[in-house]
Amino acid sequence: MNISKIVHRVTNLKRAEKLALFVLWLALPVILSSWDYGLHIAISVSLWAVLALGINLVNGQAGQLILGGAAWFAIGAYASALLMLFQNWSFWATLPVSLLLGALFGFLVGLPSLRVGGDYLGIVTLGFGEIARLVLINWTSLTRGPMGLPGIPAPSVFGTEVSSKAAFFYLLAALLVGTWVLMNRLTVSKFGLQLISLREDERVAQAIGVDIGRAKVTSFVISAAVIALAGAFYGSYISFISPDAFVFNDSMLMLAMVILGGMGSPGGSVLGAVILIVAPEALRFLGDWRLVLYGTLLTGMMVYRPSGLWGLERRPRNEIKLTVKR
Amino acid sequence: MNVLIQQFINGLTVGAVYALVALGFTLVYGVLRIVNFAHGGVYMMGAFIGFTAGKYLGVNLFISILFAMAGAAILGVIIERVAIAPLREADPYSAFLSSLGVGTVLPVLAQKMWGVSTQPYPAHIEFTTFHFGDITINSMQIVIISAAVVLVLGLQLFVHKTAMGMAMRSSSYSVTLSKLMGINVDAVIRATFAISSALAGAGGVLVAAYYDAIFPTMGFVVSLKAFTAAVVGGIGSIPGTILGGLLIGLLEALSAGFISSSFQDAIAFIILVLMLLFKPTGLMGRDVLQKM
Repeated sequence: MNISKIVHRVTNLKRAEKLALFVLWLALPVILSSWDYGLHIAISVSLWAVLALGINLVNGQAGQLILGGAAWFAIGAYASALLMLFQNWSFWATLPVSLLLGALFGFLVGLPSLRVGGDYLGIVTLGFGEIARLVLINWTSLTRGPMGLPGIPAPSVFGTEVSSKAAFFYLLAALLVGTWVLMNRLTVSKFGLQLISLREDERVAQAIGVDIGRAKVTSFVISAAVIALAGAFYGSYISFISPDAFVFNDSMLMLAMVILGGMGSPGGSVLGAVILIVAPEALRFLGDWRLVLYGTLLTGMMVYRPSGLWGLERRPRNEIKLTVKR
Repeated sequence: MNVLIQQFINGLTVGAVYALVALGFTLVYGVLRIVNFAHGGVYMMGAFIGFTAGKYLGVNLFISILFAMAGAAILGVIIERVAIAPLREADPYSAFLSSLGVGTVLPVLAQKMWGVSTQPYPAHIEFTTFHFGDITINSMQIVIISAAVVLVLGLQLFVHKTAMGMAMRSSSYSVTLSKLMGINVDAVIRATFAISSALAGAGGVLVAAYYDAIFPTMGFVVSLKAFTAAVVGGIGSIPGTILGGLLIGLLEALSAGFISSSFQDAIAFIILVLMLLFKPTGLMGRDVLQKM
């Protein structure tokens, strides 16, 4: 059985199989109850799946290259952590702030996409990511610089603190399900189709009446808001954040997930997150070689399978058949 | 006033290296219209090849630069073969991501081969420091600036006086037309990669010797700054790129001297973002970028 057959099988599950998989996923805290680290990996998968879904809207669906996703992640995490630590806000009250700040920075990063495209936009966003990291390191009076923010509280539900791994698993599972539903709706919505049209050809999109500037910036805002929200959850889960947690490699990882899974496909993004979080853990002995894995994957996918594992040809509902250029 | 002159000299030194690395971006972009993000990795590998020659063969700085240039050139050609050539017909976006993949792999390979820690560079030549009042000039600074001048002049001679240079200029004007004129564009692309990588390798050795420090991740920030330099000067234009490199070096040094050194790294990125937003063609550029 070759890889494409396996992929075909995985991406065309029957309804009952999907349900079984979902139940199995929800039962993970019970199954992994005696293996704390396994549960941590499961939580990481959910978190990164949300990030990949977030970045996929801009990178995959709208075709606007983002290499600074970690900056949005950092903004959400720092906003939430700072409010909880120094203003004694509850976790839940900080979420709208993270969301809105993310949206604001999504808007700011989205503006350049009106002027430059392709790899240039990638480098502008990379520059934005670096500036954000340098600000976090140097604005010591607010962020404590490289020392980071320790002791970020866990959220509380009805007065009891959610600190067990199992509880966090369900918290992030809820976030993932929410993001998944949102992204799936968006993919096949009028807005999603507008994004596809502008990715394929901006001039044609404009000619058929798509307000491409507005569609682009909106996709940035939504992506950034989702990623910043995930940042707030991450900070609360891991309880310590520092600028080191939001580096270029994290932006690369988000992108690698989307490319591996197949640009523009929400299912692919989740698949990419599962593979790229679980595989390195399974291949723990690789150590630093993991970065080699990401890099080789990026180059290899571009050369041999630019449409990814779960690429565009497999879009189920609206039957858009796109030729994928090599 | 003395601080100004001192920072001017420091800026010029660093700017000369940025210009060398930026020329690689410009040459490749000129022919292929892609941004080659493996370039920072090649710069670093070049430095390590020079380092190895200096450490194990005991050759001095100037010879190790030659080793670095040759090694980097070969590496550049291999990268082109593996990661760029298969994507000739694809959009530039794919080639960019592909080169980014290579750029991610190279630092890890270097880390495995030479270790993570920062090591001193075995230059094997004596450095002297000249004092003019409060101003000090290191002989290394003179070496860097003169090496950069020699390499840039060599590049100019190559591009304007040789058949391959002419083929290169013709390909950067139009690949299709050049093919019709019987130019072997694939050979031109290979030569372009070899030359830009050699320049980056020389830049890598010069920086490693200047700061007496070499480490696997040294390429990342420098390649971003060199790219900024290429964009500021006008990517695709050789004189523009040199101007851009010197400008970025000077601006950085001056901001370190007069504003704050902690935000020194951010200066280049801010310039980059502003430049791409307001004048994406650069100071001396000729191409209009993809715009809406």
